[in-house]
Amino acid sequence: MTKGTFVALDDKTIRERAAAFLAAGHDPGRRLEFLRARFDAGLAWVHFPEGLGGLGAPRELQNVVEQELARTPQLDTGVQAIGLGMAAPTILAFGTEEQRRRFLRPLWTGEEIWCQLFSEPGAGSDLATLGTRAVRDGDEWVVDGQKVWTSGAHHARWAILVARTDADVPKHRGLTYFVCDMHAPGVEVRPLRQITGEAEFNEVFLTGVRLGDDLRLGEVGDGWRVAQTTLMNERVAIGGAPVRRGGGMVGVVAETWRSRPELRTHDLHQRLLRLWVEAEVTRLAGARLREQLSAGQPGPEGSGMKLSFASLNQALSGLDVEMRGEEGLGYDDWTFRRSDSVDFFGRGPGYRYLRAKGNSIEGGTSEILRNIVAERVLGLPSEPRVDKDVPWKNLPR
Amino acid sequence: MTLLYTEVEEELRASVRGLLADRSGPDAVLRRAESAAPYDMDLWKTLSREIGVAGLLVPEEYGGAGASAREVAVVLEELGRAVAPVPFLTSSVLATAALLRVGEEDLIQELASGETTAALAVSLAASPYRPLPETVTVTDRGTLDGAVRAVAGADVADVLLVPVGRALYQVAAEHVQVDVAPSLDLTRPIATVTFSDTPGEAIGSLDVREVLSFGAGLLASEQLGVAEWCLEATLAYIKERHQFARPVGSFQAIKHRMADLWLDVVRARAAARNAADLLAAVPYGAAAVEAVEAGELAAAVAKSWCSEVAVRVAEESVQLHGGIGMTWEHPVHLYLKRAKSTEIAFGAPGAHRDALAVLADLPAPV
Repeated sequence: MTKGTFVALDDKTIRERAAAFLAAGHDPGRRLEFLRARFDAGLAWVHFPEGLGGLGAPRELQNVVEQELARTPQLDTGVQAIGLGMAAPTILAFGTEEQRRRFLRPLWTGEEIWCQLFSEPGAGSDLATLGTRAVRDGDEWVVDGQKVWTSGAHHARWAILVARTDADVPKHRGLTYFVCDMHAPGVEVRPLRQITGEAEFNEVFLTGVRLGDDLRLGEVGDGWRVAQTTLMNERVAIGGAPVRRGGGMVGVVAETWRSRPELRTHDLHQRLLRLWVEAEVTRLAGARLREQLSAGQPGPEGSGMKLSFASLNQALSGLDVEMRGEEGLGYDDWTFRRSDSVDFFGRGPGYRYLRAKGNSIEGGTSEILRNIVAERVLGLPSEPRVDKDVPWKNLPR
Repeated sequence: MTLLYTEVEEELRASVRGLLADRSGPDAVLRRAESAAPYDMDLWKTLSREIGVAGLLVPEEYGGAGASAREVAVVLEELGRAVAPVPFLTSSVLATAALLRVGEEDLIQELASGETTAALAVSLAASPYRPLPETVTVTDRGTLDGAVRAVAGADVADVLLVPVGRALYQVAAEHVQVDVAPSLDLTRPIATVTFSDTPGEAIGSLDVREVLSFGAGLLASEQLGVAEWCLEATLAYIKERHQFARPVGSFQAIKHRMADLWLDVVRARAAARNAADLLAAVPYGAAAVEAVEAGELAAAVAKSWCSEVAVRVAEESVQLHGGIGMTWEHPVHLYLKRAKSTEIAFGAPGAHRDALAVLADLPAPV
């Protein structure tokens, strides 16, 4: 991201911009209009370019904006998570100017919700094996296939989609990245009920879906590289959010511990202290990583953040249920519902425990992330691979 | 305040690392550990004279560098990476921190130059969270009687600083008996220090537990250095070592263990840096209660985490080196021994976690 051309954008100028925006008298009661105005003022994501919701400022100054505008209408970061965390950085990096202008504003305000059409029944961790086909037909592409584990597809207006456009080359080379119109004919969304009882994710069937070539993101055949941008951002989005000391999941457990002395045992105490330390060092590592990023030093620590987030969330939510004794035997609500997003803090401990099991699967399994750390950070050799130079169509499936 | 290293800190690191690479490679450390004089006092004089490490904590008006816990932590990282047998932790960190609290200017100046070496006469295993055992008493004549076991750095100390109750006594080394017994850590041996009608001078009042907490928080940086060396040495080895016609490091079972160790070390670095940063923010003597507590909490977090990480990485390093890891000739055992003994030093991990019950408001069961 480039810095401001004329004035150095520092803490102080961002604060002034925020104050000027507040002084302009936008009505916080009209949420959508307020958010649109905030986007237009460049205070949506300050590191984005001017005209696209940003000011071309250093990324860490976003915190200043959030502080200054804390009492105004906020984004729904739950239901908007995929749009904000994955679609937006990918569109920014690979989209045409027209695509950026078309998609980023309604994405940020939440007028248009996004989902991610990546995984397939036969391609999860081995994502590059995916078989959903996109065949060119004049100015359009015709898409056929099936996607799965698609969170939020039921309320999404758009999707980021990876499809196979060439079956005759090895798997990584024959992919192309698209924006998929979820309202197009041939898109069918079916809920998948999860272990929590709700259906936060879906199967998506794509049958003869026609997408204009102006919905392609990046070059034909370059989909894997574009997808890497999405996936790296996904891992930062899942594990990299700043938390205060003792906040997040450890805060929930610690609060129960403090308010319910009758639940305390020595064994639980030892385990809680251990997890509190792990949460604290993980928080510090995240803070250090963000410092590195804003100081312009590329930090390989990013891939590790999601790994530690997943195991911590699982250990803490498990301890939470156990700690509650009799109450841990119950569950808040098994009613089948189509939730908008993950609701760790609005639901009961049983839900948190079960939902956290997904943390080590979604957005790259912990096994895949360990491979990434081992190979790309530590430089260890990859396992021998039989599929590397074989055309996709000849792979056993 | 930052969790990154400043340019000045990186320059300090480069100087220390360069000197240690020349003078204190693994073979040299091992030869010395087997000799009658495990400490390398020539190396220590060079570190003090050329780089000024001995006076880092000492204000400039007393002939020191006027630096802080942050720079001390960087030196400790490098000394840990080299398991360097020098009395930096015992003399320039622990004894100096005690003297700075007491305000003993003459001795501080001598320590700052590195020409005189001191040791705080407490057990290396002493915990910041419980009173010291009262094994030394003051006689009617004002002399000291008794003994302190497991004191690190005593055998090379010119001066011993002896806490008796809340008083700190200064004792010349020639008046005490120092018995070094075989130690688990070959590169930082411990000794029993015996006082027998020993003349000493009371130099002030000291809460030794504050000094131990400070020492624990900074020892985390040494442990980080130990862990980093073990991780890097192991990585290099498993990339080279072939079995089943492949590098051992290409097997997923090994790679996943390495990824987990790396993540532990990444978090150890953040924890150690945070402790150094917050301890640097607390000046000696009067400081805001919140700042003192923040430093204590950061020290407890860093020492509990880094202790376990250093031991885990060292143990895994031995395992992943296979047979060679069990040999005397390969230096990894020096690191395992350092890791395991620093795990105990200044409070074992569990003691620091227990302290968090109060510091982080996570009360124990009644």
